[in-house]
Amino acid sequence: MDIQTLTYIIVGITFAIYIAIAIWAKAGTTDDFYVAGHHVPPLANGMATAADWMSAASFISMAGLISFMGRDGSMYLMGWTGGYVLLALLLAPYLRKFGQFTVPDFVGDRYYSNAARTVAVICALFISFTYVAGQMRGVGIVFSRFLEVDITMGVLIGMSIVFFYAVLGGMKGITYTQVAQYCVLIFAFMVPAIFISIMMTGNPVPQLGFGSTLADGSGAYLLDKLNGLSTELGFGRYTDGRKSTFDMFAIVAALMVGTAGLPHVIVRFFTVPKVRDARLSAGYALVLIAILYTTAPTVASFARLNLINTVSNVEYTQTPAWFKNWEAIDLIAWRDKNHDGKIQYTAGNAFDGNPDFTDGRGVNGERLLNNADGKSANELYIDQDIMVLANPEIAMLPNWVVALVVAGGLAAALSTAAGLLLVISTSVAHDLFKKMLLPNITDKQELMYARMAVAIAVLIAGYFGINPPGFVAQVVAFAFGLAASSFFPIIMMGIFYKRMNKEGAIAGMITGLIFTSAYIIYFKFINPGANTADNWWLGVSPEGAGTLGMVLNFIVAYTVCKMTPPPPQNVQDMIERIRIPRG
Amino acid sequence: MADAKAYWKENVSLVLKLLTIWFIVSYGMGILFVDYLDKFQFFGFPFGFWMAQQGSIYIFVLLIFIYVYKMNKLDKKYDVEESDDHIPAEDMGRGMTKGGQ
Repeated sequence: MDIQTLTYIIVGITFAIYIAIAIWAKAGTTDDFYVAGHHVPPLANGMATAADWMSAASFISMAGLISFMGRDGSMYLMGWTGGYVLLALLLAPYLRKFGQFTVPDFVGDRYYSNAARTVAVICALFISFTYVAGQMRGVGIVFSRFLEVDITMGVLIGMSIVFFYAVLGGMKGITYTQVAQYCVLIFAFMVPAIFISIMMTGNPVPQLGFGSTLADGSGAYLLDKLNGLSTELGFGRYTDGRKSTFDMFAIVAALMVGTAGLPHVIVRFFTVPKVRDARLSAGYALVLIAILYTTAPTVASFARLNLINTVSNVEYTQTPAWFKNWEAIDLIAWRDKNHDGKIQYTAGNAFDGNPDFTDGRGVNGERLLNNADGKSANELYIDQDIMVLANPEIAMLPNWVVALVVAGGLAAALSTAAGLLLVISTSVAHDLFKKMLLPNITDKQELMYARMAVAIAVLIAGYFGINPPGFVAQVVAFAFGLAASSFFPIIMMGIFYKRMNKEGAIAGMITGLIFTSAYIIYFKFINPGANTADNWWLGVSPEGAGTLGMVLNFIVAYTVCKMTPPPPQNVQDMIERIRIPRG
Repeated sequence: MADAKAYWKENVSLVLKLLTIWFIVSYGMGILFVDYLDKFQFFGFPFGFWMAQQGSIYIFVLLIFIYVYKMNKLDKKYDVEESDDHIPAEDMGRGMTKGGQ
């Protein structure tokens, strides 16, 4: 069977499973809808958390990014897993004991202030919308490449699936679909990795194959071979870093702390029955995440080596089908600068900016471009996002593996989108309506508002998926920066520092928020030309700005709190109760 | 409650110990001293590179399970663990809102 038919079959089966689960797990109360009635077993919650967290970015983009970044790619690996240690040790058990529905709930109650609650709602909405737009774009790319429907149709299909199970089942439906989605996505990620590891090194465990010798009889270690080839082509050694140490430090810290502060991840720990389940499920979640995160760098290096071997100095007319398929949807481009008909792949940009194709074809049949030549002799442009999706084809794996990877990418994107949409809906229906604007509505009415809010959020997210704002990639740094500089410090101090009061928290949150936004907006949007290491404050890139914002947040909150009265007695009593599991 | 204070103190000291290890394996070995550690070969890997892309993640997982194990023991020691049929009060925070505002 061809790839497309197989893809339709496998994706169709997984979608049918998600819908069946949604019908089975229909939500009856706001408790069900917001936190699955607090009845999710720890292992199920661990799986749901892992699927919730691992997005299109983790599944589709991350290995590709690492593949092109080499050792510096470890910032994503450490940053996006190390945050779970913070989450498990500093936040999850206490927030579970607090026992409410949302992060703004905690902020509003702990700091006895609707102003604090409002700032938290704004942050939660901004972070979630930013993220969800990225997921929808991922769904669109997958559909257009493998199912050959156009992106709009792809997004509409994805939207209707999410719409169905999120509106019907709320957190309960989402949780159990995420459990299924975790199984699909991890299977889809591991199968090609294992296949490729066996083919390249003879070792079926990719994590070991990564450090093994090649199976081609040369006896050389895979990484040594890769280092050699990379150096030859001018990329520098694969296992060496290029970013400054301090910048790496700041970026990893921003990603870790941002991970621990993301509302759609935190809220998963509200769904388990007990405090000790919250601790344990954070452990399960990280194990399940680590399976993918320790495999991703292996996929990155295998793919890198395979890619160089497949395209470097190969005649364009001899390239395999996948090369032309990705070129057809603008994600690969080649310009024959020296007119030898062969692909020269070296360091540097092949041309300025993203490819801007003309309708014409060159002498070898390649698509022509309007872009001005880059300064280097490099002739090849490859979008980093395609590496995981293209990898099975590059390694010439059977068609069903390719179809499986497609289903996995969709599972990753849809599960994360659903979790985010739920945060958006709870923020609106619960934090905004029930807690502030319309405190007298009944549980049934609140549930109706929550469903309406999900429906509207799905439509908005879909709109961004079809008309992606050009800045999706840039705003991801934004989401983490904001979570790191606004939520994390005040939640942590709310638990560990009893004296922290509303004045300190609000001042800290606003300082962190404004500083981080200003830093990122200035370098990414207002003056992108100045976005170089020389102009950065302390040499920290905008991706690491959340770390600076977080530090400022801590300092300002502490100073202001020292100059203002302590929180009221009932709040102090509440903190005492949060710290102890029983009661 | 003297017991609650002692429980909290032990909890915080455990968290600090685990976070120290967390810091050393990621920021220390994976970033600050990575170039130095790269001089050592670890199977087919430069050691610093392995810590940054693999080792630190395994240790993160381990840290959480140590925390879970130690905290369960601590809960028993101070007799603050939840009984099996008990579910924490779900309305705890709601009362606070009224009192606080």
